[in-house]
Amino acid sequence: MGTQPAESTSEAEFTKIQELLYELTVGAVMTANVVTLEAEEEMEAAKELMRLHRISGLPVMCAGKLAGVVSVEDVIRWLERGGQRAAVSKWMTRPARTIHRDDPAIQAVTRFGRTRVGRLPVLGDNNDLVGIVTPGDIMGRLLTILDSRMRSEERTLPESRERERSCLQPGATLQLRYPVAVADFERAGSAATGIKRWLGCLGFEPPLVRRVSIAAYEAEMNLAIHTLQGGTVAAVINDDELVIEASDQGPGIEDIEQAMREGFSTAPEWIRALGFGAGMGLNNIQRCADEFFIDSTAGRGTTVRASFLRSASEPDSQGQPAPTLDPSCESDHKGGAG
Amino acid sequence: MTVRDVIEALDLKIVAGEAYLDRDIGGGYVGDLLSCVMATARPGQVWVTVQAHPNVVAVATLAGVSAVIVTEGKAVDLGTTERADREGIPVLCSHRTSFEVVARLVEIGVRGG
Repeated sequence: MGTQPAESTSEAEFTKIQELLYELTVGAVMTANVVTLEAEEEMEAAKELMRLHRISGLPVMCAGKLAGVVSVEDVIRWLERGGQRAAVSKWMTRPARTIHRDDPAIQAVTRFGRTRVGRLPVLGDNNDLVGIVTPGDIMGRLLTILDSRMRSEERTLPESRERERSCLQPGATLQLRYPVAVADFERAGSAATGIKRWLGCLGFEPPLVRRVSIAAYEAEMNLAIHTLQGGTVAAVINDDELVIEASDQGPGIEDIEQAMREGFSTAPEWIRALGFGAGMGLNNIQRCADEFFIDSTAGRGTTVRASFLRSASEPDSQGQPAPTLDPSCESDHKGGAG
Repeated sequence: MTVRDVIEALDLKIVAGEAYLDRDIGGGYVGDLLSCVMATARPGQVWVTVQAHPNVVAVATLAGVSAVIVTEGKAVDLGTTERADREGIPVLCSHRTSFEVVARLVEIGVRGG
């Protein structure tokens, strides 16, 4: 079985997007209802159309054929030179760069990249104008397609989870590793959520999943809050036990005894305002774990390891410790093996 | 009692997780210190807080709560709503304080434990 959590890399996504851009035709991503303008109309009319439709450029038509494109840039040039009454044909960009309906979307992307135009009129078979395409159109279409693909993947997930469950054979070891970036509070928590999801898939008892999740979350948050360059949260799962290990390369803890004291925190004020850094993280980990280990050298880094025995009895029928006045609230039934 | 019942009784605004409003609510928890929430909130509870950043969703998911009520009219980040929709956590907003929201929850029969 894979030893990495099944998470798509940005590289894989990039290839998928490229593939899509080759598959899709310009016709599939363009806007078909084009606002156009006749060549003899005035620049004032072009300006008004852009404002009303909130668009940045318009194809200009002459006798039913594309004659050019007038863009916001043209309007600005016109206004800078006094903005006097003038026909669009005098200020428009011509000949317009165009693209064919049957061209692959990648060609439009390349053209947007090379030229600096913000839109391309789309021509059909008889060089008739059939639409217009902007980078925004392509982006929007890609997002819709990727979104619907991801949704259909989600729908098939239960089956693949069933496979995962049957994958962890007796005697096998599953290792998960999650990098944790420092100060990335948007993503922080995703290692713990990932580990929780795996444990659920592997059929662990909810009370144990809960204890492991709390420990993994606190360990992950410590890396996000306190380290210099982030660190790694790893989970190792086998028949007998489950180990969560968080490691980093600094700054290290000066005084472990002090750091272990509940309520002691070195987190800055802005982090506390977000509800983190209450000085309970290490205590929560210790309380949840059957075995707890911490090693730290100032200037070198810290390793925190929490082990959970799969056969360990749970605190009550639901596995939830009874609420107590203790703010961190996991009852100390395991006795902190510090 | 479902999330939907609570929304109606407290006149809450739904900002995320609209597909999960039929979930049952068994009790409630109030708090802004995420470590406390992690350790104390129980699966199925409704969690009342002033925190509205994306990590709230991670905590809610890990604690297994049924819904989050963000109080005092705090603006909920786009990152939070996106993550909540993905994880299936209803995020509901109230302009009232946490105290007032909890008082109202107790009135309609939501208990702590």
